Amino acid sequence: MIPAVRVENLGVSYGKRAILHNLSFQIPNGSFFIIIGPNSSGKTTLLKTMAGVVKPQQGVVEILGKPLADYAKKTLAQKIAVVPQYTPTDVPFKVLEVVLMGRSPHLSLAGLEQKRDLEIAAAAMAVTRVDHLADRRLDQLSGGELQRVVIARALCQQPRLIMLDEPTASLDLAHQVNIMDLLEGLREERGLTVIMISHDVNLAAMYGDQLLLLKEGRIVSLGTPRQVLTYAELEQAYDCMLLVDDNPLRDVPRVTLVPKKFRHQLDC
Amino acid sequence: MNLHQPPLLRRLVSISVLLTLLLLVSAVLGLGLGSAPPQLVESLGVLFGQADPQSMTATIIWRLRLPRVLLAALVGATLSLGGLVFQALLRNPLAEPYILGVSGGSAVGAILGILLGLAPFPGVALLAFVGSMATLLLVLILAAGRAASQKGSLLLAGVMVNAFCSAVIMFFISITQDARLHNIIYWLMGDLSQASPDRLALLLYLLPPCIVLIFLLARPLNLLALGEEVAMYMGINVKTVSYMLLVITSLMVSAIVCQSGLVGFVGLVIPHLLRLLLGPDHRLLIPACVLGGGSYLVLCDLLSRLLPSQGEMPVGVITAIIGAPLFILLLQRGRG
Repeated sequence: MIPAVRVENLGVSYGKRAILHNLSFQIPNGSFFIIIGPNSSGKTTLLKTMAGVVKPQQGVVEILGKPLADYAKKTLAQKIAVVPQYTPTDVPFKVLEVVLMGRSPHLSLAGLEQKRDLEIAAAAMAVTRVDHLADRRLDQLSGGELQRVVIARALCQQPRLIMLDEPTASLDLAHQVNIMDLLEGLREERGLTVIMISHDVNLAAMYGDQLLLLKEGRIVSLGTPRQVLTYAELEQAYDCMLLVDDNPLRDVPRVTLVPKKFRHQLDC
Repeated sequence: MNLHQPPLLRRLVSISVLLTLLLLVSAVLGLGLGSAPPQLVESLGVLFGQADPQSMTATIIWRLRLPRVLLAALVGATLSLGGLVFQALLRNPLAEPYILGVSGGSAVGAILGILLGLAPFPGVALLAFVGSMATLLLVLILAAGRAASQKGSLLLAGVMVNAFCSAVIMFFISITQDARLHNIIYWLMGDLSQASPDRLALLLYLLPPCIVLIFLLARPLNLLALGEEVAMYMGINVKTVSYMLLVITSLMVSAIVCQSGLVGFVGLVIPHLLRLLLGPDHRLLIPACVLGGGSYLVLCDLLSRLLPSQGEMPVGVITAIIGAPLFILLLQRGRG
């Protein structure tokens, strides 16, 4: 089966500074793929490169079996939807207008949205439960609402892959679960390939079926949560002491931060 | 779900019809009134074909007032559209051709051309275009490297470039001794009294295709308002679109500056007013700016002809008296 993404010998640098070194991996179609790693490990750059907006200096990225370079920008936007880390809200667009913008890759240059596009937008807003906010302005939304609106816009693109850069950062616990359940549902019901960056290794363990642990632009480990979230790998990546035991709900590891004053209890 | 908002096409048509009517009414007023007779009632007779087309009255209206009203409409439309495009591209609500120094740069080029004795076209026009592009580039370079959120740096760069342009213009004026001096000074404040059919012809060929091109890029402009990154993810070629818009806008502004001099703040007042009324969708704002901006300057020009007890004042005086306080208000609100 053709993988959703295939990355081979990927190298990216900004000027002289190398960000990603020789990465090779595959993301199976329909998987929930979560990229974790410490700050400045190259996670966002990797996501942007897979989305086609950062050009690699070396190697290839294939989306659905076709090299990125062979895609027209617009065709690519019909396959991949991206939810960036930050969405500016200073321009007072209404929620429905923003969601409709997701139809952009499907419209001709001067084309106006038709009834069908409105229906697709309405359906996307129903899925992410923002339909009651259609007339609200962007700057009047809470963080969780805004994130659901941006995901609705992404769905409106009717993509095969959705890429999200820390979609749960700055959300409270209920909204975090809410967004993650939504993504899980999209994967199960629509076969969407979900690729996301997260700083929360426990969230990654609960939802991800494939994890990629990056450090300084190199792969530390890749595989199921059991394979990636081991004490050895995590310690190597994050350089800090952690407690790794079993999650009581799902057969995955659970990672606990260890404050300084408890460290002597773990010393062996 | 609430989809009650009328579809875009219907809004587009109704807004265009409404603003076209406004433009027509403004134009009739602009043709009908003046600092000297004929006044409205008499003029209406001419406009609706009730009077002798050879009469003095008819000549004043068709030969003197019509080119002026047309020029005012074109200048207003271009400057409003220029403001709208700059505000969207630079993600700065205070960006405007005059404030950014783009108008000033064209003025330096144009005056240099006049003093060198070049023909209005292509010599003076070309120098004006070069001047506008050079200042735009300079402002963008000066403001680059700062965080995009630092909206002040762009404005500061614009103010400085403007000050420099003014100094250059003053230098040109100080070495000019002849009768053209009065004209140049008037022109610096924005002057529509020199309008003539042959000057208009160039604008009528140049501006409509530019406006159509900008309208075609309305949806990319909407996406850019949500950030360059978002626009790229939506399959927009951000670099190409941005450069195209900057060049087209500078071309339009420099062509206008050659004919009208420096009319300030139109690109601030009209886009803000329309955004307040219509929302931020550029597919509505672009035609609305063209029609609304045209009406606005026709009316401002009418005021500049009617207000002084004798003669007239440059239309730039009126637009600055209206626009500058609004600019200060927006600046205050941005800080709040």
